[in-house]
Amino acid sequence: MESGEQKTIALLRVMQPAGQENGGKGCGSKGSKGKSSCGSSAGQGDLSPEIWEKVKNHPCYSEEAHHHYARMHVAVAPACNIQCNYCNRKYDCSNESRPGVVSERLTPEQAAKKVLAVASTIPQMTVLGIAGPGDPLANPEKTFRTFELVAKTAPDIKLCLSTNGLMLPDYVDRIAAMNIDHVTITINMIDPKVGAKIYPWVFYNHNRYTGVEAAQILSERQLLGLEMLTTRGILCKVNSVMIPGINDHHLVAVNKAVKSRGAFLHNIMPLISAPEHGTFFGLNGQPGPTAQELKLLQDSCEGEMNMMRHCRQCRADAVGLLGEDRSAEFSTEKVMAMEVDYDLASRQAYQEKVEVKRQAVVAARNVELATLAGERSDISILIAVATKGGGRINEHFGHAKEFQIYEVSTAGSKFVGHRRVDLYCEGGYAEEDSLETVVRAINDCHAVFVARIGGCPCEGLKAAGIEPVDRFALEYIEQSAIAYFREYLERVRSGEVEHQQRGDADIRQGALIA
Amino acid sequence: MAYKIKESTCVGCSACHDQCPNHAIVEKNFVLSIDPTKCTECIGFFSEPQCVAICPIPRTIHINPDVPRFQMAV
Ligand code: SF4
Ligand code: SF4
Ligand code: SF4
Repeated sequence: MESGEQKTIALLRVMQPAGQENGGKGCGSKGSKGKSSCGSSAGQGDLSPEIWEKVKNHPCYSEEAHHHYARMHVAVAPACNIQCNYCNRKYDCSNESRPGVVSERLTPEQAAKKVLAVASTIPQMTVLGIAGPGDPLANPEKTFRTFELVAKTAPDIKLCLSTNGLMLPDYVDRIAAMNIDHVTITINMIDPKVGAKIYPWVFYNHNRYTGVEAAQILSERQLLGLEMLTTRGILCKVNSVMIPGINDHHLVAVNKAVKSRGAFLHNIMPLISAPEHGTFFGLNGQPGPTAQELKLLQDSCEGEMNMMRHCRQCRADAVGLLGEDRSAEFSTEKVMAMEVDYDLASRQAYQEKVEVKRQAVVAARNVELATLAGERSDISILIAVATKGGGRINEHFGHAKEFQIYEVSTAGSKFVGHRRVDLYCEGGYAEEDSLETVVRAINDCHAVFVARIGGCPCEGLKAAGIEPVDRFALEYIEQSAIAYFREYLERVRSGEVEHQQRGDADIRQGALIA
Repeated sequence: MAYKIKESTCVGCSACHDQCPNHAIVEKNFVLSIDPTKCTECIGFFSEPQCVAICPIPRTIHINPDVPRFQMAV
């Protein structure tokens, strides 16, 4: 059904580009020693050569790679052993990319079959994650059995797991023995007093602990588990949910603590909380951060270590291309009836072709970047991009469910996040003007790059001070962003436009379904 | 002599199932129930009923009113 071109951009459970350049203004100006090129993938920064070797082409962590590879999650782990105030176990948890307990659940055997079915249909599917619906390590038998089954038939698929960390120290040996590629730990605090406001209880050692004591146990176990994994050379990423007024300032200390224990990436995500999600925070009016608040915190941590800006907080069991959901094709019933022929060789051949395309994107960007050499300006702007993947501007304005945000300066371009604009939220369809929604979501951008745009939204965007740009349709994103920026500088210099700072933007609530 | 799961609020996460020292909790098509003949209220094993301690939904696992409380044999 999908055209070949669309298939190359298939992203199942997309992990987007990693956090780019580590520290300072970033790329270009400093010359990119030993890096494939800056801004394009997580900069080597202070990563050790061994870790850099592992992540530079990793589909989850390299920006070029993320446009071309896909990952999927299977919901085999329903139980959890702690309670988070941003989670309602019944429904999809937008904060931890976790499907609701009531969503489709699979046995390890069903899950393994589903993985093989998806991998055979979509050759770019190269990473399998287990993240829930509860905590994978609160369901160790189901989790490890699934990994075992997949590893047997599909040894080329990388395995990863996400955990709250409570049981991590007990399973480090098993994780190492299974060759698990990377582990994500959600760490929201290192101070139990802060933790007491986030976690009402934890179940540990046959007891339910509450308050500061609960948070203390959780924090000790998380940091111990992190240290044990990194000592064994297993890649560890840390996720933190930014909860304004509770842990926002504290996350700078968390960043230092996890970095010193060897986490190679820290991903700060905005709290998603609306009353209709039924979480403690949602029901008690705890707000999430604005886009600017989030970016400020990420920037202030960036000097410390690699930050990851791409987390979409989408539903962990969605299957599909960016912007669509193919999970219906892979329902348990259909998967069980499928004849799956796992053809390793043809998958590899396909992936080699993808590699060639990837290199083309990087090369185009680098050529464009060279034209900025010698430019001096303090101006930096944000550009929103409508894309279906493949590193190109290839989505119609009106069809975009999200915009990718790139920051451009004379130092080059870098991906700094994405903004959802889909109208879906767990309470149903929001009945507001969709253009207004988009403007609010990208209000901090100077321009929006689209493949096409209608006259009406075009006027509306201009009125809001955001320039709609369709002349780069189907071109590479970063190459175009740099070209646009060069022209922008010329326009400012000639007095045609006056450079102005833009305002703040909203972060849309609710789980992303596709 | 047992606990009971309130089906209307249980989300079927199976966390309780994996904790029971008596294997008293049975799962059928993601619906969980406690076998009253096997549940000892965790007496003799732990200080808290394990299923209650791990259940994420308040007041979902409660004392079964239809059977007498568990007594340790003397
Ligand atoms: S660890 Fe995950 S599943 Fe468990 S309560 Fe927290 S968010 Fe929910
Ligand atoms: S109270 Fe204890 S013995 Fe009874 S069902 Fe719950 S866990 Fe099992
Ligand atoms: S722990 Fe509670 S919600 Fe989960 S299956 Fe058991 S009774 Fe149901």
